[in-house]
Amino acid sequence: MELPKLPVGDVVEVIVKWIGTYFKGLLEAISDGLQFIVSGFEDILLVIPAPVLILIISVLVWFVTRHDIKMTVLTALGLLLIWDLGLWELSMLTLVLVLISTIIALALSIPLGIGAARSDTLNSAIKPFLDFMQTMPSFVYLIPAVIFFGLGSVPGIIATVIFAMPPALRLTNLGIRQVPVELVEVADAFGCTSRQKLFKVQIPVALPTIMTGVNQCIMLALSMTVIASMIGAGGLGYQVLVGIQRVDIGMGFEAGLAIVILAIILDRITQNLVPKYANK
Amino acid sequence: MEGFVIIESVCNKDSTESRHIISVKSLTKVFGHDYEKALEIHRKGRSKKEVYEETGVTIALDNVSFDVIRGETFVLMGLSGSGKSTLLRCLNRLIDPTNGDILIDGEDIIAKNSDDLREIRRRKLGMIFQNFALLPHRTVLDNVAFGLEIMGVSKEERLKRSEEVLRMVGLEGHGASMPSELSGGMKQRVGLARALTSDPDILLMDEAFSALDPLIRRDMQDELLELQERLGKTIIFVTHDLDEALKLGNHIALMKDGAIVQIGTPEEILTNPENAYVEKFVADVDLTRALSAKDVMREPGVVAQCTAGPRVAMHLMEEHDIPQIFIVTRQHQFKGLVTLEDTVGAVKAGKGIPDILITAIPIVAPDASLGDIITLIVEGPYPVAVVDETNRLRGVISRGAILAALARKGEGPHGTT
Repeated sequence: MELPKLPVGDVVEVIVKWIGTYFKGLLEAISDGLQFIVSGFEDILLVIPAPVLILIISVLVWFVTRHDIKMTVLTALGLLLIWDLGLWELSMLTLVLVLISTIIALALSIPLGIGAARSDTLNSAIKPFLDFMQTMPSFVYLIPAVIFFGLGSVPGIIATVIFAMPPALRLTNLGIRQVPVELVEVADAFGCTSRQKLFKVQIPVALPTIMTGVNQCIMLALSMTVIASMIGAGGLGYQVLVGIQRVDIGMGFEAGLAIVILAIILDRITQNLVPKYANK
Repeated sequence: MEGFVIIESVCNKDSTESRHIISVKSLTKVFGHDYEKALEIHRKGRSKKEVYEETGVTIALDNVSFDVIRGETFVLMGLSGSGKSTLLRCLNRLIDPTNGDILIDGEDIIAKNSDDLREIRRRKLGMIFQNFALLPHRTVLDNVAFGLEIMGVSKEERLKRSEEVLRMVGLEGHGASMPSELSGGMKQRVGLARALTSDPDILLMDEAFSALDPLIRRDMQDELLELQERLGKTIIFVTHDLDEALKLGNHIALMKDGAIVQIGTPEEILTNPENAYVEKFVADVDLTRALSAKDVMREPGVVAQCTAGPRVAMHLMEEHDIPQIFIVTRQHQFKGLVTLEDTVGAVKAGKGIPDILITAIPIVAPDASLGDIITLIVEGPYPVAVVDETNRLRGVISRGAILAALARKGEGPHGTT
C-alpha cells in the first residue's frame, strides 16, 4: 500500500511565495536598511589603518580581561598574522557581519528570554520554535533568506540571526528562572515593583548565565557567517568556499585560521565582560 | 453605673489595639486545588496526611490564631514542615493565605491591594533570611541600602543611613566588600542591617541564625537581644531550636502540622507543657544550658559578719549543723568562707576570722549557666557562691541543688515515660 504524500513542501513554498509577493515593500526596506548599516560599518573599520585598529582591539582586550598580558599579546599577534596574510579586509567584513547579526539576535532573544522566564505560557509557546530552529540544518535557512532578500550580505545576516538566537534566548530564560528563591523573596519582601525586581535583582543575578548566552550567540554567528558565504555574504567564509572549490588547501587553511583567531578574541572578550563573584 | 462600664470597655479596646501590633485570626493556608473539600474533610477529624492522600491538597496552616505584643520577640517554633516559615511569609504576604485575617497595627493586610501592600512591606516589615540572601553583585553597603533604593531615597542619603546601620551591627569599614568575601556571621549582620535601614516596626526573621556555627550563633543571639533592647522592634523569629527560642522569645508559639500547639512564655512552655508533643520537645532541651545559677541557688541563709569573732561563727555552725559558713561584710559584701574545723582551731589558738578565711572558692554570676557551674563544683571541695556585680552574696549552690534541679523535670506534673 502506498500512502498519499502530504504536500508539506508545496505548502511551505506557497507560503514563502505569498510572503515574497505581499510583503515585498517591507522586505526591501529591511534589505536596504541592513545593507546600509553593513556598508557603513565596514567602511568605518576599513578607514582606520590596520595597525591602529590592531592596537585599539589589543588595548580593549587588555582592559576587558583585567590586565591579562598574555591574552593581550596573543590578540595583537593574531591580528598581525591576519593582516600579514592579506586577509584584513575580508576579516573586517566578517567581523561586521558577526557583530550586526549578534546585536539583532540579542535584541530579539534577550527580551523574549526575559518574557519566557516570567510567563510559563510564553515559555511553552516559544519552546517548539526554539527546538525547530536549533535542529533544522542551518543550510535550510539559506533558502528562504535568498528568496526574500536575494543574494549578498543581508540574507546572510538574516539566516545568521535565526541560527544564533536560540541559545541566548534559552540561557536568558534559564538564568532568570534559576535566580535563588530567597533572592526573589528579598525583592518582594522589601517592596520591589515588578520592574525593580527584574532590573535590580533578577537580571543582575542572572547576568553570568545571560552572558554565557551572549557568548554562545557570537560564536554561532561566526560559524554561520561562514556558511552564509554560500549565498554571497562575503568575508572570510567566501575565501574558504573558494578554497574548497579550487581545491586550494593553502587558501582555505589561511582563511580558516583567521576565523579561529577572530573567534578566540571575541570569545575572550565576551567571557570577561561580567565580573565573576562567587555565589555565597 | 452603666456609663462606667461602657467607658471601661472602650478603654480596654483601645489598650489591646495598641498593645497588639500583629493580630492573626484563624489563618489557614492550603496548597492545591479543591481546598474547600479538603478543609471540610480535615474539620471532620482526618489528619493532614489522610487529607493529602484523598484530595492531593496540602494543609500548610490550619486555623492559626495569635497576637504579638508591640516590642516583644515572638518565636514561632517547630520542626521542619510544621508550617512556621509559611506562617511567617503570610505576615508579609510572600505567601497569600487561603482564609483568615492578619491585622498589623489594626490594618487588614489581606485586604490590601498590591500598591498598599508594597508600601507596608517597604516601611513596616523588614525580613531576614536563613541563607542570608545577599545580592551577590552588590557591595555590602549597596546591599544594606537596597530597601531605601527601592523606595527612591536619594543616593547620598541612603548611603549615609546605611553606613550608620553598618556601624550599629559592628561592620564599620566593610561597606566596600562583596558578600562573597564575608564569613557567615558577618553576612547575617549585613542581612540584619539591610532589614534595619528602612527602620521598620517589625522584623521577620526566618531561621536567621540556623546556618551559623554554634559559637557565632550564640554571639548573634546576644547581639539581637541587645539591639532589641536598644531599638524596641517587634520581632517574629522562626526557629527549630528550642534553646534559641527559650533564649530569645518573650512568647513562644509551638507549631506542629500547621497548627499552634501551645503559646506561652518560655517558663510556661518549660514547666507546664500542655500536651505530650510539647513535652517531648521540651524533654530535648539541654537543662544545663537553659537553667542559670539563679534558678538553682538557695538563699545564703546563715552568714557570719567578718567583724564577728570565731566563737560567733563556731556557734552559728554548730547551731545550724553546717560544716562551713560564708563570711560577709556589714554591707553584705562577699568575703569568703570558714570551715568548722579551722574555726575550732582558731578559737583554741586565739586567732581571728581573717587568719582562717578561705577566699579561693568558686564564685559565679547569677546568670551563669548550669553547665559552667557543674565543672566548678565538681573540681572544688566547697559550694559555689553566687555573687552579683556589686559583690553582694546572692545565694549558694551545693551539689545537691544541681542534682535536684536536673531531676525536677522528671517529677513534672505530667511525668515522663
